[in-house]
Amino acid sequence: MASYPIRIRALLKGDVTFITAIVSHPMETGIRKDDAGKIIAAHYIQVLTVELNGKKVMESHLNTAVSTNPVFNFKVKGAKLGDKIVVSWLDNLGEKGSGEATVIPG
Amino acid sequence: MKYRIAVVAMLALGMQPAGAQDKPAATGKGAKPPAVMPVGPKDAATLEFEKFRSQMEQQGNPAELFEMKGEELWKAKRGPNNVALAASCDLGLGIGVVKGAYVQMPRYFADAGKVMDAERRIVWCMVEKQGFKFDDLAKKPFAKGSFTPEQTSLVTYVAAQSTNMKIAVPLKDPHVREVYEIGKEVVAYRAGPYDFSCNTCHGADGKRIRMQNLPNLSTPQGALTAVLGWPGYRMTGSVMLTHQWRMGDCFRQQRFPQPKYASDTVTALLTYMTANANGNMYKGLGIKR
Repeated sequence: MASYPIRIRALLKGDVTFITAIVSHPMETGIRKDDAGKIIAAHYIQVLTVELNGKKVMESHLNTAVSTNPVFNFKVKGAKLGDKIVVSWLDNLGEKGSGEATVIPG
Repeated sequence: MKYRIAVVAMLALGMQPAGAQDKPAATGKGAKPPAVMPVGPKDAATLEFEKFRSQMEQQGNPAELFEMKGEELWKAKRGPNNVALAASCDLGLGIGVVKGAYVQMPRYFADAGKVMDAERRIVWCMVEKQGFKFDDLAKKPFAKGSFTPEQTSLVTYVAAQSTNMKIAVPLKDPHVREVYEIGKEVVAYRAGPYDFSCNTCHGADGKRIRMQNLPNLSTPQGALTAVLGWPGYRMTGSVMLTHQWRMGDCFRQQRFPQPKYASDTVTALLTYMTANANGNMYKGLGIKR
């Protein structure tokens, strides 16, 4: 797959915003073999960044112990309705992807 | 009696010989049916499983990625005829209408002259409207590894548009009724090396195999268990699978020959199960271990 879609939801409940980001990514560990017995090259997200209105609020460093098509759940305080959440990632092959969502009532 | 004859004919026609893709069935000596034991209404393990499932559902479901892909495919002009399904395919509620279509299938389609479930209908549209070849679609009909067939994404998209809607298979339609009755016969049809029918395990309340509770498909609640969660994302293998796939897997577990892709037999089974769950809420895309 050439493109990796991301689906993001940002729901405001009280003063906390609950964010779910579902990222499409193979997350290959580099130790798995294909049907022919050849090792499948490692391909996984290394850095996942979350921005709120352009300001970085989270940076997480991932490794191969994260599943294919991972789902991330986290909370942010202080976001308001209509604020923009951007989730972006960078993998070990230098590929990048990102997606954005607007904070909506939860 | 008429139906029984129809079923036998269908089983004979609609299936390929057992073999190639299947592991050899454990036939012959010493092969016993798995222990099926009655259990109480809800034991601790069941409750734990339910908690685990609801947690998975709340946390977000990668099936949505396939829904996104399916939406793209539904709206794009594709195939030799270069038409979009959104502009040509009628899922029973009018051309291009997807909202609520999934929970009202299987239904009878006059243009095809057949009762069809969602996946079969989508495949029919891809063949008849877009000009794809059925044999190409049936070659690798289900997800495996990183490969996901287009029809799987399409079914996922269509199913998601019926989230939180009531299951309403039009059983009043005599065509659907007939297929429903055939499905009922298929479910009761004993065959294979173990001389099983679906009903052997799924025809009575409170049965289980090891830790797995077995739904009674003849009851609304039992049938609902078998309808909910499909199409579903299976975390083992990270694949998106459809209800059609699940039916094929039932045949495999019974050591039956595999049904042909999008065949009458599978539609009959789906009609029987889904219609038994009529009136209940379809909760949307599933996620499984």
